[in-house]
Amino acid sequence: MPFRIQVEGYDETFTCREDQTVLRCTEVGLNRRIPVGCRQGGCGFCKVQVLEGSYRSRVMSRAHVTKEDEDNGRVLACCIWPTSDMRVRVLRQTKKA
Amino acid sequence: MSMTGVLRPGHCLLRVLDIEAAVKHYTEVIGLDITGRDDKGRVYLKAWDEHDHHSIILREADIPGCDFIAFKVDSKATLERLAKDVEKFGCKVNYLPAGELMETGERVRFQIPTGHHVELYAEKTKVGNGLGNVNPGPWPDGLHGMQPPRMDHWQIHGIELPGSVELFTKVLGFGWTERVKDDNTLMAAFLSCSTKPHDIAFIKDFELQDRFHHVAFYLNTWEEVLRAADIIGKKNVSLDIGPTRHGITRGQTIYFFDPSGNRNEVFSGGYMYYPDMPTIEWTMDELGRAIFYPIRELNERFLTVMT
Repeated sequence: MPFRIQVEGYDETFTCREDQTVLRCTEVGLNRRIPVGCRQGGCGFCKVQVLEGSYRSRVMSRAHVTKEDEDNGRVLACCIWPTSDMRVRVLRQTKKA
Repeated sequence: MSMTGVLRPGHCLLRVLDIEAAVKHYTEVIGLDITGRDDKGRVYLKAWDEHDHHSIILREADIPGCDFIAFKVDSKATLERLAKDVEKFGCKVNYLPAGELMETGERVRFQIPTGHHVELYAEKTKVGNGLGNVNPGPWPDGLHGMQPPRMDHWQIHGIELPGSVELFTKVLGFGWTERVKDDNTLMAAFLSCSTKPHDIAFIKDFELQDRFHHVAFYLNTWEEVLRAADIIGKKNVSLDIGPTRHGITRGQTIYFFDPSGNRNEVFSGGYMYYPDMPTIEWTMDELGRAIFYPIRELNERFLTVMT
């Protein structure tokens, strides 16, 4: 069953399959609400704060996501898959830590 | 033989977040072959037409990027001479013993002005390209992925560009094929130790040192570049930009990312460089054309996403 993803500050919601990353579901449509970098957990471009909802994740660069970040839902949208509807806030970070 | 001193890009060590995901990418997508694994968990790979044991080394780490790039030199005597010259230039030189990397002789490592770690070495075990050296066929059976014949070049970024360029041109003997200047600030330098339009590219960064932009793999034709694009689509590889053409080097190209966000390129074409050729100049107001000739503009990702 697909989930709904909402990006804080925008009215529309994105449809996200369980096998699609949160970044991917926002990238393929007309409104790119999350910045797209390497899509592989390396650059930190798509860092978000998860405000609501649950997800599973894969390994991400510690240069951009510290353990504390990870524990507090500050993660890379390219490395998380929704397990419920979600609401996220974009945290733009483009520079190497 | 007129090509002496530094011969070519020899190997680089890439840090990856998940070693098996990286191995799958570099073997199944790029098309390299695994030639070894060592007791530190490092995986060694080579492209099919490379005779030496490896050109890409992967190690698992929690931050992706490139630990060092290495150039092969023509002899141990050259290695000793260049080590002294690099030290005289002002870089501290460390010696790594033979065998520290599999099947590789002594390496000389130093940190260049842009913060990157560069190595020179003279010896690596020849494992051959699978064709033999007597009456060889044109290509071996069992090629897979994008099937590049070789690793081709690197692009790296840092603040102290003039220092690194001076080291490579004055001490290591590289020729200067192309450059981008903004008034008097050097923005980009493309350097060759061979007849390739670049063996290494240095790009100015205004804030950070030791940034890794990409490692490139050579393809023989534009058709092969398009076939690589099919593989990117088929295997859901993260695309940066392309297929397109560079103004600088005239190469045909695609940029994409490995599963840790390290940028890869497949590169074809270009021209033959000889040391008596003039350095080609590009101006900042035509930077878009210099990098991506048809579209004539840079995407922000290409300029800012690095490991």
